[in-house]
Amino acid sequence: MKWLETKNNGAFAIEEIPVMAYEEFYDLTVELINTNESCHCVNYFVLSEEEGLLHFVIVIADDSDGILYVFSHKSHKNMSLRSITKEVFALHVFEREIYEKYGLDFEEHPWLKPVRYSYDRANRTHKISNYPFFKINGEDLHQVGVGPIHAGVIEPGHFRFICNGERVLHLEIQLGFQHRGVEQLFKEKKKLNHKLVLAENIAGDSVVAHTLPFVMNLESLSDFEAPRDLVYARTIALELERIAIHIGDLSAQCTDIAYQLGSSVFGALRTPAINYFQFWCGNRFARTLIRPFHQPYPLTDELIKRLLAFLEEFEKKFTPMVEETFGLPSVLSRFERTGHVIKEQMHKVGAVGIPARITGMKRDIRHTHPTMAYKEFLYNPYLMQSGDVYAHAYMRVQEIYRGFSIIRRVLDKLSAIGNQTSSARPKYESYPLKANYMAINLVEGWRGETCHITCTDAEGEINFNKVKDPSMHNWMALALGVRNQEISDFPICNKSFDQSYCGFDL
Amino acid sequence: MFDIYKILKLQGKQYIPDVALPVLPALFRGRPVISTLECKDCSDCVEECPTEAIQQKNGKISLDLGKCVFCGDCQKICPSQKIQFTNDYKTASNSRKALVIQEGEDKAIQLDPELIRKEIASFFGGSLKLRQVSAGGDNADEYELNACSNVNFDMGRFGIDWVASPRHADGIVITGPITENMAEPLQICYDAVPNPKIVILAGTHAISGGIFAGSKALDRTFLTKYKVDLFVPGSPVHPLTFLNGVLELIKHRQTK
Repeated sequence: MKWLETKNNGAFAIEEIPVMAYEEFYDLTVELINTNESCHCVNYFVLSEEEGLLHFVIVIADDSDGILYVFSHKSHKNMSLRSITKEVFALHVFEREIYEKYGLDFEEHPWLKPVRYSYDRANRTHKISNYPFFKINGEDLHQVGVGPIHAGVIEPGHFRFICNGERVLHLEIQLGFQHRGVEQLFKEKKKLNHKLVLAENIAGDSVVAHTLPFVMNLESLSDFEAPRDLVYARTIALELERIAIHIGDLSAQCTDIAYQLGSSVFGALRTPAINYFQFWCGNRFARTLIRPFHQPYPLTDELIKRLLAFLEEFEKKFTPMVEETFGLPSVLSRFERTGHVIKEQMHKVGAVGIPARITGMKRDIRHTHPTMAYKEFLYNPYLMQSGDVYAHAYMRVQEIYRGFSIIRRVLDKLSAIGNQTSSARPKYESYPLKANYMAINLVEGWRGETCHITCTDAEGEINFNKVKDPSMHNWMALALGVRNQEISDFPICNKSFDQSYCGFDL
Repeated sequence: MFDIYKILKLQGKQYIPDVALPVLPALFRGRPVISTLECKDCSDCVEECPTEAIQQKNGKISLDLGKCVFCGDCQKICPSQKIQFTNDYKTASNSRKALVIQEGEDKAIQLDPELIRKEIASFFGGSLKLRQVSAGGDNADEYELNACSNVNFDMGRFGIDWVASPRHADGIVITGPITENMAEPLQICYDAVPNPKIVILAGTHAISGGIFAGSKALDRTFLTKYKVDLFVPGSPVHPLTFLNGVLELIKHRQTK
């Protein structure tokens, strides 16, 4: 077998990963991704370093049959490797990440620049204040720099536009300002409880989406099969987070086109959504809700009743506002054809989540690599074709409606079996993890495919947790979306894509 | 047109008339109370705490809200149930010491009037414009600060607003553990705010670094240079914690 085949939520011994010569690795990667439209790169990273010899691992997902391909090569960090990006553009960010950390040269990489100025970068003389921006010279053109601190209450990042008059020819996005050393801290924190809190703090808007894959990796590494009621509660939490963030984004999209009513009403609807989490677990962002091996906050009958009442009340207020917003010519004229992307582009950059689905790509982990309750019914993702800001907004509406129906469906299943999992916190040490193992888990968060790859050392301690936020793929989609747009449309485009700064910077 | 009226009627009144009065659900973890029940000396709480917020000295337990991420694990694992989180969300203070909860203490956290600079009430009592700087913030604190100006919490009615430029601001609100990569932009932003100006740290990560404390990717030297006027604990900060803290700071509510 050329590669190791596994499925979402799979675990295997690290030594099972085939190691091949770089040339073979190169050809296999290019062949898999470029000849199968259903294949995309989930992550490409350096797993370990031994006296300068790096172990590179790639995970490629095949959406047609729910298989993950894992294979690897070992190369010395003083070598220079032929860049795969030239043939598979979606790998550009992963090669850049490796280049930044290990100083390894990728020949003919079209864009070999630092990604986040991590503190442990190979070359500390590269400074974030001195990023090598792409330049075009010409009397008709001018540059506009925005950030790192933005006008609103949002995270920092720098955007450099090259414009012809009001028209954007090119946008380059410089990130790294949020870099907190998350992956290193996963190594340094010794107690599992500390690592769990760290996972919850990767991206505050995706607490469930980032804690779930880490927790499910822990469970697959210790052969713990989560009871059905626990699985159902987690599915509900993931969908509730989706609803809470999407409704907030709809509000923000209305703000950016100066539509006050939509901004206020969708914004007000966000409050009961996140307040439900507060009732459930004491935190409006679902922190402490997702924990391994037990269910800290079981969905009691009272909580279920409250959840159903919330859904009903929410829907009653949501639907008329949706009808009003999407029937208003002044809204539609600002939404339609703005920030437009096409399927070929999204395939090329390896987009995931909403940016992929609004161009007709059927890329949704709930459908292609289902785990949790999604395994028990066929979830069919909503797809659109127009790829513009309108599609971003309308897709959010549809995802919210589907979130309702998934929650109701899962609640029925939960009511049928009742709560069985203990709510008492077990001693985590009583669930030993398999030594020298790797676990992979992908979750479709509201932002898209979120992946954690967790590895253990010879003692069964976690010594590696590779985090991938969907933004790793999707920031480039935003840069393409604003090309040939008015620069004044940038805020609405940025809000529509709504990528994570801290999830990317780690 | 009628549709719009219908929508407005359906929404009803959304604002919270008095932000000091709402009662949060019992599960909400706000100000903790540490009872004087006998400690079994297992020090589980000290070891399990992800951020070293709990100290055990001479058999007495204390909990620092400036470090606490409110995971509530200490409450769950303590065999003698010494630590209980209450739903009291008024946990902001201008004194770093006031955030350290001692054993047997069960009183509201307040601002120390002695520490409030005189110019704060006279300049900002009626209007306070704030510039928010996220320096490694994880977007949860930012979401909650945004929520302060939504239709529910509506801090605009108190004359408090977020502004887009430091030159329009009376102070800065910092979220996040302050990354090395944001240290310089933060300094530039602070320098651009006209005097007198205030500094507010929003969220546990800003106050102490939180779960990121000790990471080599941080640079917190900014905080050694300037006086902090308000510490707002939380992970993330609750809008009610932020609003009550800021109102107390600028309105001298404690002197009534």
